[in-house]
Formats: sequence, C-alpha cells, structure tokens
Amino acid sequence: MGELEIDKHVQYILDVEKKRDFESLLMEHIRMNGAYWGLTTLYLLGKLEKVDQDAVVEWMMKCQHDCGGFGGSIGHDPHVLYTLSAVQVLVLFNKLDMLDAEKVSNYIASLQNEDGSFAGDIWGEIDTRFSYCAICCLALLHRLDKINVEKAVNYIVSCKNLDGGFGCTPGGESHAGQIFCCVGALAITGSLHYVDKDRLGWWLCERQVKSGGLNGRPEKLPDVCYSWWVLSSLIIIDRVHWIDKDKLTKFILNCQDRENGGISDRPDDAVDVFHTYFGVAGLSLLEYPEVKPIDPAYALPVDVVNRIFFGK
Amino acid sequence: MKWNDSVFYIYEEVSSFEEFIVQSTQDTKMHGQPRKPLKPETAESIAKATELANIQSQLLFNHQNKIYDKQALNISSRLLEINPEIYTAWNYRKLAVQSLLQSLTDSDSIKPILDEELKVVESALRRNPKCYGAWHHRRWVLSKGFSSINNEFLLLDKLLKLDSRNFHGWNYRRFVAALKNVPAEEELRFTTEKINANFSNYSAWHNRCTLLSNLLQAKAQRFFPREKVLMEEYDLIHQAIFTDPDDQSGWFYYLWLLDETVIPEAPFLISSFPAPGSTLHLFTNSIMEGDLPLILYFNQPVGGVNSSTITVNSELSICDPIWKPISANKSGRAQAWVTYLKIPNMNSYVSKLYLVEVVIGHVAGIVSSNSFHYRYPSQFKFSLHSQDLSVDSDEKCDGAVVVWKDENFVIEGDVIKNINSSGVSFEAVEINKEHQTMVSNWSIGAIENEINLFRELVAEIDCKIGKLTLARLLMALDELMVLFNDRRRHSNEIMELYNELIKLDPVHSRYYMDERSLLIIDQVTSSRESMVQHCSFYKGSKPMSFSSSICLRLSKLSLTRIGFVERLLWIQMLDLSHNELRSIEGLEAMQLLARLNLSNNKIRSFTALEPLRLIKSLRVLDISYNEIGLHSIDTTRYLCSTPLSQSTEADRKLEEYVNDDIKASDSWEAIWIFGDLCLTQLDVEGNAIDGERFGKLVVKAIPTLKWLDGMCVR
Ligand SMILES: [Zn+2]
Repeated sequence: MGELEIDKHVQYILDVEKKRDFESLLMEHIRMNGAYWGLTTLYLLGKLEKVDQDAVVEWMMKCQHDCGGFGGSIGHDPHVLYTLSAVQVLVLFNKLDMLDAEKVSNYIASLQNEDGSFAGDIWGEIDTRFSYCAICCLALLHRLDKINVEKAVNYIVSCKNLDGGFGCTPGGESHAGQIFCCVGALAITGSLHYVDKDRLGWWLCERQVKSGGLNGRPEKLPDVCYSWWVLSSLIIIDRVHWIDKDKLTKFILNCQDRENGGISDRPDDAVDVFHTYFGVAGLSLLEYPEVKPIDPAYALPVDVVNRIFFGK
Repeated sequence: MKWNDSVFYIYEEVSSFEEFIVQSTQDTKMHGQPRKPLKPETAESIAKATELANIQSQLLFNHQNKIYDKQALNISSRLLEINPEIYTAWNYRKLAVQSLLQSLTDSDSIKPILDEELKVVESALRRNPKCYGAWHHRRWVLSKGFSSINNEFLLLDKLLKLDSRNFHGWNYRRFVAALKNVPAEEELRFTTEKINANFSNYSAWHNRCTLLSNLLQAKAQRFFPREKVLMEEYDLIHQAIFTDPDDQSGWFYYLWLLDETVIPEAPFLISSFPAPGSTLHLFTNSIMEGDLPLILYFNQPVGGVNSSTITVNSELSICDPIWKPISANKSGRAQAWVTYLKIPNMNSYVSKLYLVEVVIGHVAGIVSSNSFHYRYPSQFKFSLHSQDLSVDSDEKCDGAVVVWKDENFVIEGDVIKNINSSGVSFEAVEINKEHQTMVSNWSIGAIENEINLFRELVAEIDCKIGKLTLARLLMALDELMVLFNDRRRHSNEIMELYNELIKLDPVHSRYYMDERSLLIIDQVTSSRESMVQHCSFYKGSKPMSFSSSICLRLSKLSLTRIGFVERLLWIQMLDLSHNELRSIEGLEAMQLLARLNLSNNKIRSFTALEPLRLIKSLRVLDISYNEIGLHSIDTTRYLCSTPLSQSTEADRKLEEYVNDDIKASDSWEAIWIFGDLCLTQLDVEGNAIDGERFGKLVVKAIPTLKWLDGMCVR
C-alpha cells in the first residue's frame, strides 16, 4: 500500500514522450490527447516546469489545419477530440494568445447540426462526446455564442435515459464516460436542472465494486479510468459522498507500478499515460494531499480554470 | 448466471476505455495487459515497429497527395488491419470511395466498391469490436443505400452472441432497425429473447426500457391498458432479481417500473402557503413591507404558472400578480412558485377577516418538464385575520442579537393554538376524484403485492437490493396513502431496513443515511402531533412578520439532507444545528424564513448556500462550525450559477467587488452568495476561512449587516 510515487510517475511521463517502439506508434494518431494527459498530470503533481513548453507548442501548432481544427498528430486529420486537447494544453501553459481563437471556434461551430448535436469532424459521426468537446472548448475560448447553446443542450437532454444516465445518441445505453461528457456539458452551460441527481447519483455510486474500484457500466470490471468519469460526475451533482473514498484511493494506489512509474487500469496490469492521468486526476478529486485540485467539468486544474473565468 | 461463457469473460477484460472517449487501440494496448519487466528491444520488435512506421507514413503521404490507386488502397487496408483506430485511414478510404464512385451511376459497379469497404470494416471489428472509426465507416457505407440490411442483422446476431453487452453493436442495431423501419414491437421481442437467454444483460434491459416507455406513451395497440403491460413486466423482472439478487442488470429497470406504477404523469398541487382551509393571523408589522407571499408547491417542477392559469379572488388588492419560480435555474420551471398579496397598512385596523380564493388550472398552460399538462382544475380558500396587537416593531426585534441557546427556547403559551393560526394545514391538498381513482386502486394493489414478495425475499436472503427495494416500496405506498389522508405509516420498518443496509453495505452507507434523513423529516413533519414536539418559542421574541413566532427545532437528529419542504412553508425560524447536513437543496421554497441556524453541520463551501439566495426574507444566519474552506474540491461549484456556468449576471456582480484587496478568483463564492442577502446577523466562526479578509468582504457585500460573529459591525 502506501503513498503516491510522484517522482517515478513524473519520470515515466517524461520518458513516454521519447519512446518510438511499436506500442507508441500505435498511439501516434492520438499524441495530442497524450500531450494533454501527460502535461495535466505533471501540472497536478507540481512538475510542469520539467517540460520545454515552447517545443510542445511548436509541435502542436504543426498539427493545426487551415480549417482551424487540430489533428491527433502531424499529418493526421482535424477532429474535435484533438482540438479540445490542444486548447486545454494551451490553457494549461497560459498561452491561449498563440491561438487564433476566432478560427478555432468557427471550426467547432461548423460541426453543429440542425438538431443541436455535434459531428466529430466533416465525416459526420455524431456522439455526445463531441458535444462536450465543442462546448468545453468554446467556453474556454469565451466563444459559446458561436453555437446555438439551447439546441446543443436539448440534444444532450434527448440522450438522457430512464436510469438517469446518458448515452452517445438518443436511445444509447448509459455509460460512465458518456455521463461525464453530458453532465460536464450541462454543468458548463448552467443546465444541470435537467439531471435527475438522485437517480443518476445512485446509478453512479453503484459503480463502486467490492475492491473499491469503479466500473463504467453495471456488471463490468473496475478500472482506474472510471475514477475520473464516475467521480467527476458525482462531484458535479454533489453526490460523491455516496461512495467510499478511502477504498477508491487505495484501489488507485494499488494500480501504481512502484518500480518504473505509471498507473494501470487494474493492479499488476501494464501501465500507460492514459491511466496514469486518470489515476492522478482521480486522486485529485479525492483530495489526496500531494495532488493539486482539478475542476470536475473542464478537466483542468482549478487554479487554471479560475484564471480563465475570474482572472480579470 | 454470470460469466457462464468464456468468450463473454474475455470481453469483460477489455471493456472500458475503448468503449469510450478517444478512438484508439486501448482494448488491446491499454487494458488487461499484464505488467512485464522492461525488456531491451529485440531485432524482431524493431522490425515490426519499422514496418508500421513505414505504412503509416505511406498512408499519410497518399492521403496528402490524394493517391487512390489499388496499391495505395491496399496499404490503407493493411494499416487498418494492424491498427483499426487510426482514424485518418478511415477518412482516407471515404475520400477514395467518393473519388471512385464519382463517374459511376449503375448499382452493379457501385456495389462491389462498397462491399469491399464492408469487408475492411469486418476485419477491423474482428481485431477490435469496439472501434468507433470502423463502426462509423460501416454506417457511412450503409447510408449510401446499396447494401443489404438483412446482412447487417445477421452480423449483429453473431456479434451480440459473442458479447451481448457491446454497446456499439446495440447502437448499430438501433441504426439499422431505423433504416429498415423495423417496428418497435419487433425490437422489443429481440430484447425478450436476449433477456431470456441471460438475465444478466443490462444492455437488453436498457433497450427494453426505452422501447416500452415509448410504446406506453404512444398507447400503442397491445400496449394498452398500461396496467396489464406493467404487470407482465413485473413478472419478467422478478425472475431476474429473484434468481440472482446481486446482479445489477435488473435493478434500474425495476426502479423505472416502480415509477411507472406510482408517479402520475400529470403534475398536481401538493401544498401551498397559506394552506387550503387555513387561517393566518396577521400583525401590524411585517418584514415584507406589506407583501404576503402566496406559495404554490407542485409534486414536480412545472412551467406556465401565471395570472391566466391561476386566479386569485379576494378583496385584498392584487394588482395582476406576477408569479415567480423559486429556482435558480433559467428553465422557467420550478416545484414552488410565489406571488405576493398586498396587505393594507393595518396600523389603524382593529380586527378584520379577509377571504382569499385561489383557482388553479381552469385555463390550460401549467405543464411539467416532460410536457404533461396540469389536468385537475381545482380551487381552495384560506382566510387572513388581521389583528391589532400593539407589538414592538421589527426594527426592535431585529436590533437584538439572536442567540440559539437551549435556554432561549421555551414552550410557554399554546404552541398548537399558534400553529393553527399560522396558515398551515396537515390535511392533504384535495385533488379531484378523477385523479384519486386513477392513482389509487391499481397502483396501491400492485405496490402491496410487491411489498409482500420482497418481504419474502428479504426473509429468505440477506440481500441489499431486497432491503432497499422494500424500503422504497414502503415509502412509495406511504406517499400514495397520504393523498387519501391515510396517515398510517411504515416508518419504523423502513428505518430498520436503512439501518440494516448501512451495516450490510458500508461502501454506500452515506446513500442510505441520506434516504434515512428524508425519512426522519417525514416522521417529524407528517402530523400536527409530531411537529408540535419540535416547536417552541424563541424567548422574548415578538411575533414576526406574520402570526407565527414559532421556531421549528430539528437539531441533533442526524439529518444529512433536507426533504418534505412543502410541509415547512409556514416556518419563519428554523434550527437545523448539530446535524450532518452537507446540502440544503430544497430549502429555497421556505419563502417566509427569517432566521436560520445551520451551525455545527458539514457544509463544505459557500456555494452550498446557493438556495438561501432565493430567500429574500432571511435576516439571521448562523453557519458557524461547518467545513467551509476545509476542502480542496467544491462539490457544489456547478450547482450554483456563476461565470463557470456562463452566468453573465454573476459576471457583472463580481466586477463590482474586484479591487486591489479582493481577488475575484479567491472570493467569488462569498461575494456571489452574500451579495444577494439582506442579513442583519451572520455567524461564521469555526470554519477554515481567513476571518479578517472575509469580514471586510462581507461587510461590504451586505450593507444591512449589523452583527458578525457577535460583534457589532455597524
Ligand atoms: Zn481504463
């Protein structure tokens, strides 16, 4: 048991960036997400200064396309998933002025459909994940007026299920990740009155299994990444006390690779940046002492979010 | 019943993130991979990486240069075979198909091109059945209208046999069912098959719930009357829950069925202030400057409450009353609505009786959030009795510090008599007969039947869902019976169940405590007799604005949350101290509240006090000895309208305060909450806040404040 191996996790994240083996190549197309996961983790652990910010920004700007959207890596197509990560990283660095915010927000606005939903890119896949990405991104850029917020909210509400949760599209099954996206977007747009907090809260708190970990849907195995999706949703609707926080903290700490750093989905599995981020972010939501607080809706450190919205 | 098939189990291993946010190979790369010691790279692994790097860069090159020849296409399908998550390769193939189809018009030459795409998707799904990009590619191809939809159903049958919980499969099934216009009834039958094959299938229960709820709402043939349909569903769900009570698959479906059984669709009025048939004594002075709140409280949030849907008849002057929703959100809907009656200046009056009649819903327009209309036009009366009691003015009352000590509360005089003249009633609001018969017979019978079954289950097995369901059923029955003024309650049995649940399932103990807290408030407030036990007079206090000078003391009851506020609308002084409250959600409906004691609770932040912003009558507030400032994560940050949730009102308000001393990012919560209150007395000591800085801020924010932590500040 014991505590969080901060130094080892920091070193693990710094090393991952340099790796070029088969596994890293498979992830090449989501490097932009990787940057956001890794850098946010470093920020939460108070070690962002270990990164050459200018080099990261220089690489990121090479991923931007003429339309304003960002790809997952150089040469990969633009998509709202990577555009949000790019904006989040620039916010983290306090370098939003590097960005033509007007152009980026026009790109995002162009993805909204008549029914309020959002496509992920020009190919028209529709999913409430993309609603969250679009709304979060525009809010960070102070450009929500670019879209029809009311329709966007109505579309998300149309994906609400009778168990209180939310799915990808109307009729889609509730899933903790999807719930985070929908509840997060509703929080950012001041629309939480559409959420049945008690019904959803019970569904979410029942994601905690005997080991203390959280799963993402009923009758599934626990996984560290749900420490984020479930916890952030529970916090946004003020029902986080319905789970056992100490047991969850122990579960996350048990998933650390104490030798080489990094956090995995379950104890003794292989680690990766994604689960390292969600483990650390989960500990932050659990008020673990050595980790800076993170905002449950914008998925960025609280002081960074406060700077954006109260920083005048 | 669970894990009865090894393939299913394997999919469990890979079932989380790949179901989710970013399209990537996480199912194979990020989940369920055993941790191995770091090994040096071998020649073989280097070769593998080089090959992947090569085809990846070839694909990007072809994409950039719009090369769509056979060889280039093969490279992309080879790449997608190794890594189906590489989304740009799917985009590339779509562009290639578009370019190939450009010159073609006859379906004989178009179809083979599209069939090839379906093959590429299939091999990708074999590698990762949860690959977003592959599924979308398939939809894109199908939408062209050249492919056989029946084939898709066959493919889905295979896929859902391998993993009956693959939600991509279910989503895709809904997509092709819509393409083919498959009737909802047929899809419902498919869920029956899946459930009969294995009860432990949340995805099937979910789909069933959605389909059936639509069919019931549309009153579709063979789905009417709903009572018959619901009874059949109870039979089905019993088999699931009683076979394996620990399997969650049916839990949420059962809760939906319970809702369908007891919750009437149409909204109705459950309480008001002043209450129907009640008498309210008025005294010569009021905090409201002669305005008496008239509150209507519905069973669910409604919109459309206005002077055309509600008529108020009285000799009192009511100049076209404006009804306001008591809610901070911008939806225009609320459970509680308020308007103000103009009470004439009564200084010269001796004694006079006014009769007020409220007529509700004779004109259509009151509507619930799921678009059901208020269907029970009704009316009620109450009387206002003005009396000349030469009492001291409020000025004097407010001038003295309120001290919440036990010795200051006495039961002198006649509490019951005072309650009786407070505009309160303990009878249920009468709803018309049509409504009563609708909810009554079948619902009550069904619930009683369920109660018997679950009592048997609980007697047999010590299972949490059995106990929780039984507690919920008993609560639901009690609430139904209240509508008929039947006050027999199952409080003791329910309390016992929650106490057992807290021990049985400690991980979720706080959930059960919250439910228990509601039960405690229900017990205290359900009858005049129990309420009287908790009422006393604040010593030396003269009657406040309206007749009641009673303080409701709900301290030391282990309350963790508030409920049944509709029964407390008449209260002006409330003591909730020494509980474990972390939320006061719902309290905003108490529009007469002037003095509130929340000391010694577990309130974690100023934002948790948001409901108080809506109580304009509040003057005295004690929030000392809570946990404000103690926690790094604020769980009510988003339940409060602020710039974080795009409130421009809040933006403006904050700007007024920002100067060299006060940074908005540190103090916005306090400014936002207190800036709207007209307090004269505030106690905050015993919280983790910087007293001196907070003092400066709050004195500026509340111009009416006289006493802060017992010190005179003005
Ligand atoms: Zn995971």
